[in-house]
Amino acid sequence: MQRENNRSKLFTRRALLLAGGQVALLGTLAARLYYLQVMQAGKYAVLADENRINLSLLAPLRGRIIDRFGVPLATNNQNYRIVLVAEQAGDIEATLDAIDKLITLSESDRRRVLREIRRKHSFVPIVVRGNLSWEEVARIEVNVPELPGVTIEQGMTRHYPFGDNVAHVLGYVAPVAEKELTGDPLLELPDFRIGKSGVEKSHDLELRGTAGTSQVEVNAFGRVVRELSREEGDSGKEVVLGLDMALQDLAARRCAAEQSTACVLLDAVTGDVLALVSSPGFDPVAFGAGLTPVMWRDLLANPRNPLSNKAVAGTYAPGSTFKPMVALAALEAGVMTPETLVSCPGHFALGNTVWHCWKKGGHGTLNMRGAIKGSCDVYFYETARRLGIDRIAAMAKRFGLGQRLEFDIPGEAPGNIPTTQWNLGKYGVAWQLGETISAGIGQSKVAVTPLQLATMAARLVTNRAVVPRVTRANGVMMPPGLEPAGGPISTFPSLGITPKDLRLVLDGMAAVVNEQGGTAYGARIKEAGLEMGGKSGTSQVRHISQAERDHGLRKIKDVPWKERDHALFIAFAPIAAPRYVCAVIVEHGGESAGGGSAVAAPICRDLLREAQLRDPARRVPDVEFVAQRDGGPGAPASLV
Amino acid sequence: MATMTGLGAAAPRLSLAQKLWSLNWGLLLLLSLIAGFGFAMLYSAANGDVQPWAARQMMRYGIAVVLTLVVAVVDIRFWLRAAYTVFATAFILLVAVEVRGAVGMGAQRWIDLGLIQLQPSELMKVALTLALARYFHGLTIEDVHRPLRLIVPALFILTPAVLVLKQPDLGTALMLLMGGGAMFFLAGVRLWKFAIVIAGAAGALPVIWGHMRDYQRNRIYTFLDPENDPLGSGYHILQSKIALGSGGLFGKGFLLGTQSHLNFLPEKQTDFIFTMLAEELGLVGGLALLGLYTLVFAYGFAIALRSRSHFGRLLGLGITVNFFLYVFINTAMVMGLIPVVGVPLPLISYGGTAMLTVMFGFGLLMSVYIHRDTRIGRFGEIAE
Repeated sequence: MQRENNRSKLFTRRALLLAGGQVALLGTLAARLYYLQVMQAGKYAVLADENRINLSLLAPLRGRIIDRFGVPLATNNQNYRIVLVAEQAGDIEATLDAIDKLITLSESDRRRVLREIRRKHSFVPIVVRGNLSWEEVARIEVNVPELPGVTIEQGMTRHYPFGDNVAHVLGYVAPVAEKELTGDPLLELPDFRIGKSGVEKSHDLELRGTAGTSQVEVNAFGRVVRELSREEGDSGKEVVLGLDMALQDLAARRCAAEQSTACVLLDAVTGDVLALVSSPGFDPVAFGAGLTPVMWRDLLANPRNPLSNKAVAGTYAPGSTFKPMVALAALEAGVMTPETLVSCPGHFALGNTVWHCWKKGGHGTLNMRGAIKGSCDVYFYETARRLGIDRIAAMAKRFGLGQRLEFDIPGEAPGNIPTTQWNLGKYGVAWQLGETISAGIGQSKVAVTPLQLATMAARLVTNRAVVPRVTRANGVMMPPGLEPAGGPISTFPSLGITPKDLRLVLDGMAAVVNEQGGTAYGARIKEAGLEMGGKSGTSQVRHISQAERDHGLRKIKDVPWKERDHALFIAFAPIAAPRYVCAVIVEHGGESAGGGSAVAAPICRDLLREAQLRDPARRVPDVEFVAQRDGGPGAPASLV
Repeated sequence: MATMTGLGAAAPRLSLAQKLWSLNWGLLLLLSLIAGFGFAMLYSAANGDVQPWAARQMMRYGIAVVLTLVVAVVDIRFWLRAAYTVFATAFILLVAVEVRGAVGMGAQRWIDLGLIQLQPSELMKVALTLALARYFHGLTIEDVHRPLRLIVPALFILTPAVLVLKQPDLGTALMLLMGGGAMFFLAGVRLWKFAIVIAGAAGALPVIWGHMRDYQRNRIYTFLDPENDPLGSGYHILQSKIALGSGGLFGKGFLLGTQSHLNFLPEKQTDFIFTMLAEELGLVGGLALLGLYTLVFAYGFAIALRSRSHFGRLLGLGITVNFFLYVFINTAMVMGLIPVVGVPLPLISYGGTAMLTVMFGFGLLMSVYIHRDTRIGRFGEIAE
């Protein structure tokens, strides 16, 4: 019994020791819990939020681009793509084979998919193929039950209903390049596209809109569990062009008849670009979707330069279309009067050099009107000689030549109007009188763009410093009752040319087209009241040597395309109260050394005739059309 | 026979009704409260659904309570006599998992008995306590002081511990060693002997280190510096601390724990369930649960000390210590105090065997209480 008591006492002692130990350990637990949950709570709360909250950007819908009557030129299309979630698909290879049987999958698509699957979490959807046709979507949808993990997803792609007809105006959108990153996280979204040329580029910030944000809760594997908050961004603004798509379409079709053409049609009063074409164009959708290397090589190798917007970036010697500048400079300087007579024997000699008139036998004796009408080179050689290059240049610059016009399509070339000062600075040698003679007929170092020529024409008919613009100010469509009863009011500053001088030049240009013997008589508009005036020009691509002249000029069919002269034409209509002006250049379209009126003038004629018939400058979009656009069945309401 | 009846007063024969009446219902209430915490947490772990965990756990608890009551009313002497049989059975099952164990969680721990997956290592924790209690019950103080007498109980502990370690299950092996050590301590083994064993163990550490699996070593490395590899092996403990810490004083609210529900927390329904509880219910909830556990420990100590038989005392405290070890190792682990070892939080973590084992243990503890005045001889006979 005693022994039992001893054992019991020892047990009790030890039990109490054990209990003490346990209490100490429990105390440690409590202290630790206090430390973690009270003293360190703030730190861990932050860590917990960092763990679970992801901020993601919502790409805004890109604004549309519409023409002056609301015809959509650039919109957003729903685009369908096949998406595969690896963890649901099971056997990836088998699934890809099954998809391949329904729609074709290229070997590179397949390799990319397998690569992405290895790199990404198995629940991240991977695009198997984008840009599905309706038929392909249908084929996949029907078979979805047998394709685990495969879904069709919708995305937005830029759509250009008129394709390459308006490509050089609108430009295109494409994924952001490394060097275009500005730090704006929106640009880093994997699918985001920005404007790369044309209006898409110049108005990119307006069109882009602002990004929304979405705070999502993610689990430990990065899978989105739910959205905590969402702040919608603003869709991009709609950009309204002054363009009339009907005229643009006509211009594109007419230009496409020639190999390589540029054309600009302006409202001379407002400066609105009604049509602007550089042909051949390109497929803007292909650019957005990504070009294949073959397509890219072909575009670059094409001698017709489909990637270059020749209307704003192509510079050409204006040839005889420059003569109105020389004439006006001469009248203003007083070195010529309208009645001053010059005799044209077909050539012009100065010192040891001889310049030729395009008309081999010469024009005989001419006054200024006749010289313009017949485009007599000798008359303008003489005029230029009397003027000197600097006075010609000053006049040309007043008309917008040889300088950037701050046009809202990027890539504008300045062109060049030479002066003695410029020549000395550039080449370190004095300007030669001989060069002035050549400049008098728009050759030598004179270089202008088709846009500048159209602007010059607009300034000729308005006597105002018209500035061309492709987008409409304030982003509004034609308001009803644009023009006050008294006629159009231009807000552009006056050029200050003596009206009498201008009238003379315009009269000469009217004679070019409408009088027999005028260089473009064949291209006249015959309807009474719609007649146009114009001026032809030939831009020499290659110097014609004396030897060639001696042996007689080669027949046009013997000259390689690349060596043929450019054909130019500028025009305005109607003669009575000019409203529309047009400039066309057909690259290597010169029929002979004579003049460019044969191919360029008919394009101008067709455009100006149609422009007058449609009269977009005075037409208000009809109510029915606007109603349909703003909510009719055809209107893509979800996109606006 | 006359002597037997004459001893009736000293060792009262109790009817079933009396036994049930004298059962400590307070302890059962405490256990049910803790289990209730567990159901709530499993409900939350399933994002507010009784499936797949809470419902099954409730069912298991119901069965376990019945088992507890059955075990409790069985005469304590039966348990003494059955002690070695239970131990042998658990041991054979443990060997059996080596032979035909199914692989679960990368370690062979289960025997599939059809209805439940039995984890013999869990069962061994109670069986070992039973066996040691019986062994030391039969020894006098003098016997205990003889080193040779300690060889057999040492083998009781070491053999299963080595088997469990081979599975490999470091947590259970440690629990067997510590639980067994506590029994030695309570039996009155001299303290210097513990000192020698501890010193020997320290000397053997390099050898043990050499035999550890890579994942076990990684857990030690990770414990020493969890931030070193936050996405690798340090992930569990770091995420557990983040979840715990972000719970704060009052927690994020029931069902509102972000870290656990977003799966940042691993094994939230089993080993890391305390983290989820502390995230959702905060320091207040965590301490409340620890308080409940502490009350259970106190109950266990009171029952053990009140028992008149050495077997009852040893068994009662052995069970209590075992329960304490479960709670301490699990919570200390999720708080980053000790390395990550696979020990469930008793009555809370989802799992059948641990629940049954623990409740079997509490059945024995209650049996000790009901039969507190029963005097037991060396071999389980009614003693003077």
